[in-house]
Amino acid sequence: MRVTFTVNGRRHEADDVWEGESLLYVLRERMGLPGSKNACEQGECGSCTVRLDGEPVCACLVAAGQVEGREVVTVEGLAEYARERDGSEGRGSTGDLAPVQQAFIDAGAVQCGFCTPGLLVAADELIERNPQPTDADIREALSGNLCRCTGYEKIMDAVRLAAARADDSAPEVV
Amino acid sequence: MEFLRPASWEEALAAKAEHPSAVPIAGGTDVMVEINFDHRRPTHLMDLNRVHELHEWEIGDETVRLGASVPYSKIIDELAHELPGLALASHTVGSPQIRNRGSVGGNLGAASPAGDSHPALLAAGAEVEAESVRGTRFIPVEDFYTGVKRNALAEDELIKRVHIKKADGPQQFSKVGTRNAMVIAVCAFGIALHPETRTVRAGIGSAAPTPLRARTAEDFLGAALEEGGLWDSGRTIPPSVAREFAELCSGACNPIDDVRGSAAYRRRAVGVMARRTLGWVWESYRATGNGRTTEGGAQCA
Repeated sequence: MRVTFTVNGRRHEADDVWEGESLLYVLRERMGLPGSKNACEQGECGSCTVRLDGEPVCACLVAAGQVEGREVVTVEGLAEYARERDGSEGRGSTGDLAPVQQAFIDAGAVQCGFCTPGLLVAADELIERNPQPTDADIREALSGNLCRCTGYEKIMDAVRLAAARADDSAPEVV
Repeated sequence: MEFLRPASWEEALAAKAEHPSAVPIAGGTDVMVEINFDHRRPTHLMDLNRVHELHEWEIGDETVRLGASVPYSKIIDELAHELPGLALASHTVGSPQIRNRGSVGGNLGAASPAGDSHPALLAAGAEVEAESVRGTRFIPVEDFYTGVKRNALAEDELIKRVHIKKADGPQQFSKVGTRNAMVIAVCAFGIALHPETRTVRAGIGSAAPTPLRARTAEDFLGAALEEGGLWDSGRTIPPSVAREFAELCSGACNPIDDVRGSAAYRRRAVGVMARRTLGWVWESYRATGNGRTTEGGAQCA
């Protein structure tokens, strides 16, 4: 079947999609967007987290046909998505990166990088919804994203940093 | 495989009548796992995301009419006052990503004994509205579960709504697992005080082939509260009564040994959860006269 939907602001079309295929497979194998990672294929690891009509979901658990006509944002479109949302004066964004991406680099929250795309999408949505998250808020928002090497402390640091930079009134802490 | 995309409820019912083996998919959090792992190859996959009624809910005088596809995240954000037990249970489902997609309709359709919403539905009191081109049936939730991953739906029926009694007293939910997120229940327990009818209802999950009510325990506790005049006095429940309630809840279980836990552990853990959650709901009841809990915050057992 043919599936047409918007990915990162641009209309994409995929042909010969198998009816049982996941959104993740379509993104990675048919649309050349391998940023969303494929690991558990059962919604346990969060590596494939994308925004579907604004909501963070596991792309491996969405059937491709369910996305017809809808809007998806992947990690590849995160910088542009953040720029449009925050405006050009958005703090903490440098060049091609979203503020949350820059914060992950600055805080040393990227080691092997496999879990990073999912964490970035989830963390960016958290800060959009809750600009000053508590540690408990961060832990809950990222509870569906597994990391096996970087370590969650650096990831917590990165999200705190991104939130602090986004909040004009707060002093910057690293 | 064929992908069916009904645009309305009527179209969905017609499609299900024409293709009884069609597997409905809403959030996909169960169905897609089975497809990804090659455990299931249905002839037809029927997407229900375009049927807007399924994403709606209505708060009536007595019940909340919850559309089958309303995601857990909405129940937590919007219905914690009317359905405190279900909101607590919803909060323990998977992760934020899963809660944005998974729904009570899916939990009922899958009918896993470990489904998180079942103990809360059993404790609150609920009816499943099942519909087909032949008509509508209202199935009490305790009659809906017929076996391990089996339910009372006919092959041409779909779940449209779940009618859940609004809380008339405190409710609690407790679940045993290895961490707070992304956990399939080792076992789970839901309890609801119903001061209006002076009854208590208790639901047990993942400790028998189906979710079930602990009826003997409910009756015992109801009688003990009545005889002791505790509904009126609001006095502390005697420890012997709480202990007996816990033992009867353990006794209602019919668990198995599996990778998540042993039968003996499940039986014991259900008793512990029964005693603790009874303490919590009774404290809320005492604290407010008819202490309705409105907070969805998780309480550590």
